[in-house]
Amino acid sequence: MMKKASILMIIGPLFLLGLYVFPLWNIMLGAPQYPEPLGMNIYIDGIRGVDEFDIQNIDGLNHYIGMRKLPKPEEMWEFSTFPLVIGGMVILGVLIGLLGFFEKISYNWFMGWFVLMSILGVLGMYDFNAWMVDYGTNLDPNAIMKLTNADGTPVSYKPPLFGHVKMLNFDVTSLPSTGAWLMFVGMMLTVMAFFVGKKAWKPESSAKSVRPIKVKTNEK
Amino acid sequence: MKNLNYLICILFGLGITFSSCNNQSQKSNGALSSSAAEKVYVAPGEQDEFYAFLSGGYSGNLTVYGLPSGRLFKEIPVFSQFPTSGYGYSEETKPMLNTSFGFIPWDDLHHPDISQTNGELDGRWIFVNGNNTPRIARVSLSTFETEEIIEVPNSAGNHSSSFITENTEYVVAGTRFSVPVPQRDMPINEYKGNFKGALSFISVAPDNGRLNLEFQVLMPGFNYDLSHPGRGKSHGWFFFTTYNTEEASSLLEVNASQNDKDFIAAVNWKKIEEYVKNGGGTKMPADYAHNVYDEETHTGTSTMKKEVITVDPTQVPGSLYFLPTPKSPHGCDVDPTGQYIIGNGKLSADLTVHSFDKMLAAIEGEKFDGDAYGIPILKFEDVLAGTVKSGGLGPLHTEFDDKGNAYTTFFISSEVVKWKVGTWEVIDRKPTYYSVGHLMIPGGNSRKPFGKYVVAMNKITKDRYLPTGPEMEHSAQLYDISGEKMELLLDFPTHGEPHYAAGCPAELLASNSKKIYRLDDNKHKYATIGVDDARVERNGNEVHVYMSTIRSHFTPDNIEGVKVGDKVYFHITNHEQDFDVPHGFSIIGQGTSEILVMPGQTKTSLWEPKKVGVWPFYCTDFCSALHQEMQGYVRVSPANSNIDLSWSLGE
Repeated sequence: MMKKASILMIIGPLFLLGLYVFPLWNIMLGAPQYPEPLGMNIYIDGIRGVDEFDIQNIDGLNHYIGMRKLPKPEEMWEFSTFPLVIGGMVILGVLIGLLGFFEKISYNWFMGWFVLMSILGVLGMYDFNAWMVDYGTNLDPNAIMKLTNADGTPVSYKPPLFGHVKMLNFDVTSLPSTGAWLMFVGMMLTVMAFFVGKKAWKPESSAKSVRPIKVKTNEK
Repeated sequence: MKNLNYLICILFGLGITFSSCNNQSQKSNGALSSSAAEKVYVAPGEQDEFYAFLSGGYSGNLTVYGLPSGRLFKEIPVFSQFPTSGYGYSEETKPMLNTSFGFIPWDDLHHPDISQTNGELDGRWIFVNGNNTPRIARVSLSTFETEEIIEVPNSAGNHSSSFITENTEYVVAGTRFSVPVPQRDMPINEYKGNFKGALSFISVAPDNGRLNLEFQVLMPGFNYDLSHPGRGKSHGWFFFTTYNTEEASSLLEVNASQNDKDFIAAVNWKKIEEYVKNGGGTKMPADYAHNVYDEETHTGTSTMKKEVITVDPTQVPGSLYFLPTPKSPHGCDVDPTGQYIIGNGKLSADLTVHSFDKMLAAIEGEKFDGDAYGIPILKFEDVLAGTVKSGGLGPLHTEFDDKGNAYTTFFISSEVVKWKVGTWEVIDRKPTYYSVGHLMIPGGNSRKPFGKYVVAMNKITKDRYLPTGPEMEHSAQLYDISGEKMELLLDFPTHGEPHYAAGCPAELLASNSKKIYRLDDNKHKYATIGVDDARVERNGNEVHVYMSTIRSHFTPDNIEGVKVGDKVYFHITNHEQDFDVPHGFSIIGQGTSEILVMPGQTKTSLWEPKKVGVWPFYCTDFCSALHQEMQGYVRVSPANSNIDLSWSLGE
């Protein structure tokens, strides 16, 4: 059973490789005059338009309200760091799985990887949100249109992290995309690996093998 | 004159008879049922089922409509200057209207025909003819813009045109008027036997559609009225109706209506093609323009051609036969199987249908009824498949559905008549309002018609719409032909005078329709690709302004150093890459027209400032909420001033 758990632990992190191909997040902007909405796909290494010229057109519209242009990959450290972090986590996860397979380490390492990945994920989301706050509120003082809320504060154009908001004439929808879903599946596989591994600990299975004892000694 | 008066009396008499019939049938139909409204109602946001391309006649343009709604989508300028886009005014498109007569800013556009593969519509291009100064144009069906115009030499009244063969091998252009070939100074009354009628075969390159006049068949001096290609079994043949086989040059309405029968000319173009390929034909000096618009340079160029190959058909045995057909036939239509050739007898009450198989048998048997200028005439009875005795008067044109039915317009009795191909029995007739000319079923002159609607294009409007003074638009009518009986659904006004139309299912074109031109594909000589390339250059008294546009400013928007007497070329490149965001350009005192520049495109407007001052220019297309701010100034100094050129934006 520990072998089965370890195979899950090897496969799970490999799902993260999808992030190199598929977008992590997707933001769509529809409006009366954009029946085919503009859209941006956020990859771990940069932002790309859903259609070829969407970024240029979003930037073109945003200049009215004084938003900066969407960052190019070289303009944000995240886009060079994220691919390294993800790559590192894939290698680490696979390594843990392999060590588990050869019963060098215990299933708790599986959970350890998951917790680390979750922390990194939350940090990533926090960073992403902070960027969106800055992008949506740090506006050009000479903007063509300066819109304020009823209380006189400037309107924020921060896109939602998750879900839909109405922003001027635009309906903005922000949702995880294929890459994120693959990451989610992969992470769930590592959780499964943990529980499958833990089940392998039950006394009836331990009776058949001495190894769990050895594993147990690895634990506190 | 006596003959003419009799004819008019007879026509009036018959007209009254038929209009009373029409009134009765109108009553029995009652008011249009609500189901008719539902059939043509395309709800807001919904799209039509078919494209319809209606000839604009003397507007010189082609109009694009949707069916069944009858909504106008676009007017495509072809043979006429068009201020809306700057076509024929911009430096890039002026060459498109060049001819051997110089710049001709107008023509009479007839007979749209969509390109075909294996006899079925393929939606690559649509071809139209200029009737007055003979020209053939090819319009792209991805950009819906005119891409090519070729002048047709030795032709006059380019009317039996611009019909294509079933694999778009050729677009065919036949002359209506016979003329001296080559043109020369001679007495008009020596017409007979001396004038010639040229039938031109213009090849279409399969990859890019480029046109080339391959050969002209020089025919006897008749009038070649309309034509259609053989298809299926008759592929390789082309059929032309003739009138004025009398070869009259004056008072044709009488003098060209004397012969009991004129001809349908059956041309075996494959034979002639082979003859020419083997070195046959005579190279004749000629003078004609070939104008090509390049989508990447956004620029038209005009080349004068100096030679054409002419073919005397009597030198090519088996290439040409005459099929006697009563009585000054107008439309020449071929059914979807290619078996039947219909002569629409115009001055006759009947339609004459010839059989292709019988024609081949008669040729095989060499059963000729004499000849005309050495061209064998087949016996009428030998080639006749049948006669449609409809009771209507003045048949002009026939189209076909996909269920073996044909639909013929009758101008004098003002109706559309549905009849069965093969049995020739009349199935239904419906009045038109008024005096219908052409009619169109999408694909109705191909191997695969889409027999759901027929559009009747009427010549007379009278009281169909709210009155707008003596001059009114023509009126089209849409009929549902999906059932046994036709049902009138809709009236809609048309622009200019439609002479024929072509239609196709929406899905054939909609997904290929271009949204923008790519800026990175723009190879215009004067393009401003990057905003940093915007500049102003002087070359003698020519000033070239490299200007870009994006919502919502021109770069540059302040220009100084221009002088009275300069020729200022504004080369405007639209930097937008967003669907449906054109920018326009106009400047006070512009002697041409504004130009409308599509995303990624470059267009040039020539301005010749005549007065000292500071003159504004602005964007003519409401491009954004800041459109009104999209403006700039040009300072014009006296001719002898020495102010240097300078330009700026936002300084």
